[in-house]
Amino acid sequence: MNVMDTRATSAMLYLDGVHVSFDGFHAINNLSLALEPGEMRAIIGPNGAGKTTMMDIITGKTKPDEGTVLFDGVTDLTRLDETRIAELGIGRKFQKPTVFESQTVQDNLLLALNVDHSVRGTLFWRESKAETERIQKVLETIRLTDARNRLAGSLSHGQKQWLEIGMLLAQDPKLLLVDEPVAGMTDVETHQTAELLKEINRDHTIMVVEHDMTFVRELGVKVTCLHEGTVLAEGSIDQVSSNERVVEVYLGR
Amino acid sequence: MFGHFLDRFRAIVLSVLLISCFALPAFAGTFEDAVGKFANDEFSDTEEAIEAVASSGNPLAFPIISALQEERLSADPESKKVFITQADGKIIDAATGAAVDKLPDNAASVRLNNRLRRTVEAALGSLTLLSPDPAKRVAAAQSVFKSHDENALPVVEGALAKETDKAAKEAFTEARAAIILFKSDASDNDKLEAVSVIKSRGDQEALALLTSAGPDQPPLVAQAITGAIASIQSNLAMWSAVQNAWYGLSLGSVLLLAAIGLAITFGVMGVINMAHGEMVMLGAYTTFVVQEVIRTRYPGLFDYSLLIAVPLAFLVAGGIGVLIERSIIRFLYGRPLETLLATWGLSLVLQQAVRTVFGPTNREVGNPSWMSGAFELGQITITYNRLWILCFTLAVFVILLAMLRFTTLGLEMRAVTQNRRMAASMGIATSRVDALTFGLGSGIAGIAGVALSQIDNVSPNLGQSYIIDSFMVVVFGGVGNLWGTLVGAFTLGIANKFLEPVAGAVLGKIAILVLIILFIQKRPRGLFALKGRAVEA
Amino acid sequence: MSAHILTRSLDRAATAFVLIVAAVGILIPLSNLLLPQGSFLQVPTYLVALWGKYVCYAILALSIDLIWGYCGILSLGHGAFFALGGYAMGMYLMRQIGSRGVYGNPLLPDFMVFLNWDKLPWYWYGFDMFPFAALMVLLVPGLLAFCFGWLAFRSRVTGVYLSIITQAMTYALLLAFFRNDFGFGGNNGLTDFKDILGFNVQADGTRATLFALSCLALIIGFLICRAIVTSKLGKVLIAVRDAESRTRFLGYRVESYKLFVFTLSACMAGVAGALYVPQVGIINPSEFAPGNSIEAVIWVAVGGRGTLVGAALGAVVVNYAKTFFTSGPLAPYWLFMLGALFILVTLLLPKGIVGTFNSWWEPWRAQRVAAAESAAREDGITEPNPAE
Repeated sequence: MNVMDTRATSAMLYLDGVHVSFDGFHAINNLSLALEPGEMRAIIGPNGAGKTTMMDIITGKTKPDEGTVLFDGVTDLTRLDETRIAELGIGRKFQKPTVFESQTVQDNLLLALNVDHSVRGTLFWRESKAETERIQKVLETIRLTDARNRLAGSLSHGQKQWLEIGMLLAQDPKLLLVDEPVAGMTDVETHQTAELLKEINRDHTIMVVEHDMTFVRELGVKVTCLHEGTVLAEGSIDQVSSNERVVEVYLGR
Repeated sequence: MFGHFLDRFRAIVLSVLLISCFALPAFAGTFEDAVGKFANDEFSDTEEAIEAVASSGNPLAFPIISALQEERLSADPESKKVFITQADGKIIDAATGAAVDKLPDNAASVRLNNRLRRTVEAALGSLTLLSPDPAKRVAAAQSVFKSHDENALPVVEGALAKETDKAAKEAFTEARAAIILFKSDASDNDKLEAVSVIKSRGDQEALALLTSAGPDQPPLVAQAITGAIASIQSNLAMWSAVQNAWYGLSLGSVLLLAAIGLAITFGVMGVINMAHGEMVMLGAYTTFVVQEVIRTRYPGLFDYSLLIAVPLAFLVAGGIGVLIERSIIRFLYGRPLETLLATWGLSLVLQQAVRTVFGPTNREVGNPSWMSGAFELGQITITYNRLWILCFTLAVFVILLAMLRFTTLGLEMRAVTQNRRMAASMGIATSRVDALTFGLGSGIAGIAGVALSQIDNVSPNLGQSYIIDSFMVVVFGGVGNLWGTLVGAFTLGIANKFLEPVAGAVLGKIAILVLIILFIQKRPRGLFALKGRAVEA
Repeated sequence: MSAHILTRSLDRAATAFVLIVAAVGILIPLSNLLLPQGSFLQVPTYLVALWGKYVCYAILALSIDLIWGYCGILSLGHGAFFALGGYAMGMYLMRQIGSRGVYGNPLLPDFMVFLNWDKLPWYWYGFDMFPFAALMVLLVPGLLAFCFGWLAFRSRVTGVYLSIITQAMTYALLLAFFRNDFGFGGNNGLTDFKDILGFNVQADGTRATLFALSCLALIIGFLICRAIVTSKLGKVLIAVRDAESRTRFLGYRVESYKLFVFTLSACMAGVAGALYVPQVGIINPSEFAPGNSIEAVIWVAVGGRGTLVGAALGAVVVNYAKTFFTSGPLAPYWLFMLGALFILVTLLLPKGIVGTFNSWWEPWRAQRVAAAESAAREDGITEPNPAE
């Protein structure tokens, strides 16, 4: 108990005893999880394990029926809405790449910058040199400098994934939730993405949900396996993938 | 008005008393003799004749005396024969009822003076209280109940003793109770009994009577009256609640009928069909056409007109629905706002088309005999057309539910709405299912039109008046859930009817709209909303 | 500050639009007033009033485009805000009649005398003063939109649901304004106006001035909308339109943005209604009819949603067609045409006139821009990158 309490205060993200059910279906069942500051964590699990629902809970989209969700050891996320949580410094990349398709790559990044988000602020906004430079830098990081004036909708699937990661960078959150970043990417792109995430991890805490085991292995971080809304196993990728129950879950009974 | 009524009533009572006082045997002569006296042209003889005829119990008594009042009674002083000129101009012999070709030349109208006119009026009244027609006796007893004139007591009691008809007996009992309640020298026990009789009658008139019974009653009776008033009031409140509930159910069934097709097209397919109301209208016009054909060709089939119209309306509206889906809506799937605009345009076209073909005015659609009329249930009146519409609506609902659950088309529909791509790869022709689903929704709107033609004006604007209400029902009930639509329709119907007496019809409706708007804020997906991630997809 | 907003707002097309409206707003009144009656170039007064009506519709269309085209909010109840603005102006005009009414009551409008009312209802107070009435023109629609939007957007009522409840809103208002005891003239509405700010509403000079003012309002409304859509706020609005929940996860308070444009748009619609009433001479509850609001949406769709210029153009084109057809032998077919317009535009011309024009023009322009940019970049490559 004591141990738990100390972890609660030091963890960047702390979930304890979280339950969610939709019309009697238990999507999340007594889920407990903690992410240390600066950590990168990979979340794996079969379809329906509750990975996306967990992200919905952390970002305020879904309210848990019971349980604790703490950010930075102090903030109770279950009481806040998406906007407030995003303002606190939690960024999210969606499973399906979600960029603003009818706007340019540059505008997408501009929208993501964590500057004044009030109606007034945006109405009287003027581009500043610092912002331009930051966007420039992100564009380089995600290798879309040449595409800056293209509409986001015209990008390839992989480019969209990257643009979304770029938007996360522009948002500069304390905690990044990344849902299936390499889905639909080529091997080369997957490798590059892994490198990118590792680079971002230098000064951000990251939670990655991914099916691609090669990718997870390449990240080389602690892995948590979810099943039926609860933690099945936790540890290095080798430990987890040799866990009998994990194998059972993935291969079927 | 009321004063006149009282005068008339006193005269009735007077005549009744006269009849019972002058012993009948005094005029024991035959009916013919009595009638003959009209021919004497003497006021005193005429008076005797009136009394004799009135108390004779002969079926001709009423025609004779009413003819006398209207100066249609003529007499031949020589033959002493008396004739009635009937309203239609035919002439009969007053004593025998036999038809007569024409009046004798020297026949003259039987004269009346003012005193006689009163006697005539009184006699007519007594003839109704003792009328051979039970309905007339009941009506006469009702008027005694209202006036509770003490003088009428002997006649009422006499009539009560002889009465065999159940309804009339009850009416006389109540009339007698009313008189006793107001009779100053009646015993407490009689009065108490009277109060209980009036209490069991339990309607607005009983309440009025008890309230006016006044403070000068003996304490025991006064107490009983207070109790009876309270009991009647709560009884009346109950009945008015029942009445509101019935009106609410009736309105709810209309709403459900209009919305149920929408629950398929909007709720199941997610298509916003603003021309839904026009499908209802087409159904109503189909009924009109069917009835026109029947009227001109096969008048005997009129009672079956609706039975013929229902399948036809389904085919007409459903067919047009399929056409709309194939030609417009299928290009707009996934673009709900555009669908909304296009179908609104379609509704304008359909309205104008109907206006061009059938004219802009209301068209007459008749009620078959089995749908006209009403019956009483306790204190409320239920009309057959509303009752049938309620039954019809529930039947449509059940059939639809069964169809979705048990038929192949229903299965395919559910499959396509849940996962279009998966359904397609399982070999379901999704575009065919789309067209049929939309056709089904439209067809149901069409048969709703058949029912609504019975209670609403059949005009090109018929559909417009239902479209907003229908959407409200579906949105309120929860999209994609037929049960939600059912509960939504009846909730809104009943809420509307309970608000109406408080707020008035228009304000009640506004209140409902505002409540729904607020409700949607609270539960954006309706009463029976689906939850979870699937909803977002 | 304001200069940079103005330069940003006025691209070539926008400048052209402003100039054209300004020219129309100046030339038509001048021609009406200065040229001799019956001369070839003289615009008759009835046409000035008719075109004034179109300009008011254009402002309404603009207000709908701002929320629908840029923020994805399809309001089927914007006619209600238009009508409320109109009623506020109508109430001022009624109070101006004074004792010149049929019953000659100096305080009460005719319909109140007719209904045997003995005093002015409290909500009619202050409408004898133009500044108050003008404030109400903005405030009443704005406040209703604010309250309605606050409830709706906060509980995330979106898409079709929002459209349906806006329709229910205007329907409820329709029913309410039809009632005599509501105090707005019931069925007949407000009419028989005499003068506005001391000028006779029927006079040529007043009509010409109202026309010019309507054009001015259209220009101001257009510039406000342009300033919004070209700002970062405009980008946020488009983001909300295209991916609402994504915008939320970036930390934008989506409901505040929606509420801001919805309220602003309602105020614009109110101004349009207020300018409309003195020019047509009547306001009655039928302005609240749901059909009117939907028709206004189709103007925007015809012109091209999300283009602003298109919305104004669509309003004028459709209404001109309406006047043209409903006054001729084709009148019985107008509803067929309008209905067909709804269907054909959504099926065949989803971007509207201006949007379709842009999509032909844009690739050609983009090519030019791309060429210019690549030339610029070749210059830039030799420069050391300051970010490294």
